[in-house]
Amino acid sequence: MSVDRALEETGNWLDDRLHGARGVRVLLRKIFPDHWSFLLGEIILYSFIILLLTGTFLTLWFQPSMSQVVYHGSYIPLRGVKMSQAYASTLNISFDVRGGLLIRQIHHWAADLFMAAIFAHMIRIFFTGAYRKPREINWLIGITLLTLGMLEGLFGYSLPDDLLSGAGLRILEGVIQSIPIVGSYLAFFLFGGPFPGSVIIPRLYILHVLVFPALILALVTVHLFLMFHQKHTQMPGKGRTNENVVGAPMYPYFMAKTGAFFFFTFAALTLAATFTQINPIWLYGPYNPVAMSAGSQPDFYMGFLEGTLRVMPAWQWVFFNHTFAFNVFVPALLPLGLLFTLAAVWPFIEQWITGDRREHHINDRPRNAPTRTAIGIAAITFYGILWAEGANDIIADHLDVPLYWVTWAARVGIFVGPAIAYIITKRICLGLQRKDNHLIAHGVETGIIRQLPGGEFVEETRPVDEDHLAVLTSRVSHPALPPGETAETEVPAPGMRGAVGRVRERLYKVVTESVPMAEGDGGRTHGDGHGNGHGNGHAVEGGQESLPAGTTATRTEADLGDVDGDQH
Amino acid sequence: MSDTNPEGRPGAGDHGGTSWPEYLTGAASDGPAEQEGHVARQRVIGTPSPAQARSMLPEQGEGQPPPPELPPGPPDLDRARRAERLVVACFIIAMLAGLAFLVFYGTIGVGSITRVQHSNLALGGSMALVFLMLGIGATIWVRHLMPSVEMTEQRHPMRSTSAEREAFKKTFEDGAAASQFVKRPMVRRSLIAATVPLAVAPLFLLRDLGPLPGTSLDTTVWRKGLRLLVYGTGRPLTPAEFSSPGSIITVGPEGYLENDDDMAKAAVVIIKFRPGELVFSSGNTPVGGYTVRNWTVDNIVAYSKICTHVGCPASLYEQTTHHILCPCHQSTFDATRGAKVIFGPATRPLPQLPIGVDSQGYLIATGPFDQPVGPSFWERGGSPS
Repeated sequence: MSVDRALEETGNWLDDRLHGARGVRVLLRKIFPDHWSFLLGEIILYSFIILLLTGTFLTLWFQPSMSQVVYHGSYIPLRGVKMSQAYASTLNISFDVRGGLLIRQIHHWAADLFMAAIFAHMIRIFFTGAYRKPREINWLIGITLLTLGMLEGLFGYSLPDDLLSGAGLRILEGVIQSIPIVGSYLAFFLFGGPFPGSVIIPRLYILHVLVFPALILALVTVHLFLMFHQKHTQMPGKGRTNENVVGAPMYPYFMAKTGAFFFFTFAALTLAATFTQINPIWLYGPYNPVAMSAGSQPDFYMGFLEGTLRVMPAWQWVFFNHTFAFNVFVPALLPLGLLFTLAAVWPFIEQWITGDRREHHINDRPRNAPTRTAIGIAAITFYGILWAEGANDIIADHLDVPLYWVTWAARVGIFVGPAIAYIITKRICLGLQRKDNHLIAHGVETGIIRQLPGGEFVEETRPVDEDHLAVLTSRVSHPALPPGETAETEVPAPGMRGAVGRVRERLYKVVTESVPMAEGDGGRTHGDGHGNGHGNGHAVEGGQESLPAGTTATRTEADLGDVDGDQH
Repeated sequence: MSDTNPEGRPGAGDHGGTSWPEYLTGAASDGPAEQEGHVARQRVIGTPSPAQARSMLPEQGEGQPPPPELPPGPPDLDRARRAERLVVACFIIAMLAGLAFLVFYGTIGVGSITRVQHSNLALGGSMALVFLMLGIGATIWVRHLMPSVEMTEQRHPMRSTSAEREAFKKTFEDGAAASQFVKRPMVRRSLIAATVPLAVAPLFLLRDLGPLPGTSLDTTVWRKGLRLLVYGTGRPLTPAEFSSPGSIITVGPEGYLENDDDMAKAAVVIIKFRPGELVFSSGNTPVGGYTVRNWTVDNIVAYSKICTHVGCPASLYEQTTHHILCPCHQSTFDATRGAKVIFGPATRPLPQLPIGVDSQGYLIATGPFDQPVGPSFWERGGSPS
């Protein structure tokens, strides 16, 4: 009882000053929908918290200095070797601070997990259409966070000043130098003179431990606030509509579950740090600009950029006595810039094409947006090929094929691969839609054949259960475009005229291409009306199949769109 | 599709009977949840005092429905009891592992490779066990001790009502009018003018980040007469000492080996060939014209080690093919033909350093590089490629 009283008194004391009873009560009962894929974002958050904790620990011993010292610590193979203080203090953390190696490895693993989870989370958001209105701002914040995370990671693993990370900085310098007009100046300003100089480690240090974490923390805060304010999206299901959110309240359910998940994340990282070695800088040796070994790869999230540098043919221009190093600045800036820009503008492009300005709170199933899903898989293929090309020497070694073949495969693959991926993905999505249609129209096949009194054989089906049916029928229809130039009877609407209008009409057909959803109730009414339901289903599907895919689909979509036209 | 009831509890049959008064007066006190320490505590924390409960009644006109109630305990008491035992076991293991962590910290220590290995295993293992058991325990707690609920909350469109927007617009415009910002253009313009120098000031402040490159990227410290010293040992070399064909040595200029800034541009590899392997240029072919200039001594040729792609040390050499390979991005250079690019993203051959021997017979540079070494940069211009 005394605990009870103490809590009540504390609560009253706080409420007297903060007026929180009402607001916090609402907060405690905030509903969080549940789905395994929603945990991806939490992994990011928890990795970040673990990064802050372990990073703070590391700063207690790390010395961001490039002044040269002779090593006298516990790692015998490097005793007597000249090295920077940054490298020596990293050795010190690893070999002379109790728990230092463990925390260092957790920190590095956490950075990799942080980035991996960002990618996974972003992929989830894209394929489920969770970036749609009203969440475009959070999508943009997410892309910014991804970019910041890449840089933060690059700066972080450069700090120990070992041979591998020093080579990374050298590459960074080469890339900066290649920028037209200002490149050499930027490189000299960043490195405080010629490479490697003596200031780059302290400069990266303050960026890594203060500026970037502060930016990331600020953006994460806004990101989470917006998620909170706009309420989380939910997966389709029975009782879930675009106007509600179904799940468990934050207190105590979500708090307990997410707390458990924090522990799991920390446990996984600790296990990784305990049993798997990561970034053994003592094996690489201190940085010197003269040495480098084969099989040098950056951390995985920079692999894409490494691949773009490797895949690029040797093109450059010398123009009015100035050097355009296309071989460096094009691969360093263009592919990633293209991917991120496309990702950033996609929600707005999609809105413009479909004319869909409604709010969406129910996640799409990837199959129900075949074109979006296909674009996403094509982008992942493009990224993946260049990422693998970043390890072309390792691949060549393991597959025992010539190194240059791997590079040539990537050179061809980045054009062919995404195209093939797009086509296959779209076909798979449309196929899955047909499968769903079959379930909606007929129910689940049981494999039992029944003979009717009249002698006719029919197959028994079992109704789709309600939860599943709600998922199957969760597709949103696209609103019809305003009449364009191809509409024969009407004057084209504003924004639909001329070349722009024609492009939009054509893109609309591509983006909204879908198999129209079948009518039916998952075989529920089959019992006596079997023939009826059966026939209907086939009429819809058959009609679709016998006509050219694109046009029919679009027209039907447009018709369906009228149903909820008032929301538009 | 939408079968949400106004209470916001779809399928609320199981615990529909529970309501605040019963809950508060302990109507559920005959339930086992009462006997279970932490569950009971959860309940108490979550239960407002009668005074607060009154304040949680729906407030008229506020449009806030009262929060739906949570069921007081799990439906299956036997399961709950088993789950409780498991949760407690997990937490006790976590505590023991935590104690083990402290003991390991005190007993194992660091200071040698073996001890670091043991320490990492012991500290990491015990720490991971703490987190794992906390996570497992908490998960069982949520899933099997807390009654399962599914609740529904209404969403509202993000868009404010038109009236709210109008009100905002008016407030904003009133403020703008009161500030006279719009009415008095000179105030506005002079304010903007005042901030312009301030906006570019940070750029000026960053000017001293580094010196200007000037022409420093064009040159290295190599000059006529500097000996080639073996990187690592600092010894000079005679051609006779470097006599086995196919070998490769990294060298640097005498007096600059210890300076990373200088070596980052001046690192050089020398390679010894068999007679006839090197393809010489006839006459005065421009540098990099895919043949070796006759700047060699005794079939020893010297090339810059700094890759012309992005500056990694091109440190791999394949004896049979005479290819120099940069390990970073696989630019490949043919050492017999003036380090011509065979494959990869580099655009230019590795520049060749003219070498000779001094009066004591040691290898020296007979001049500087005749072009900038390392990666491309804007001002590099049209030196031959």
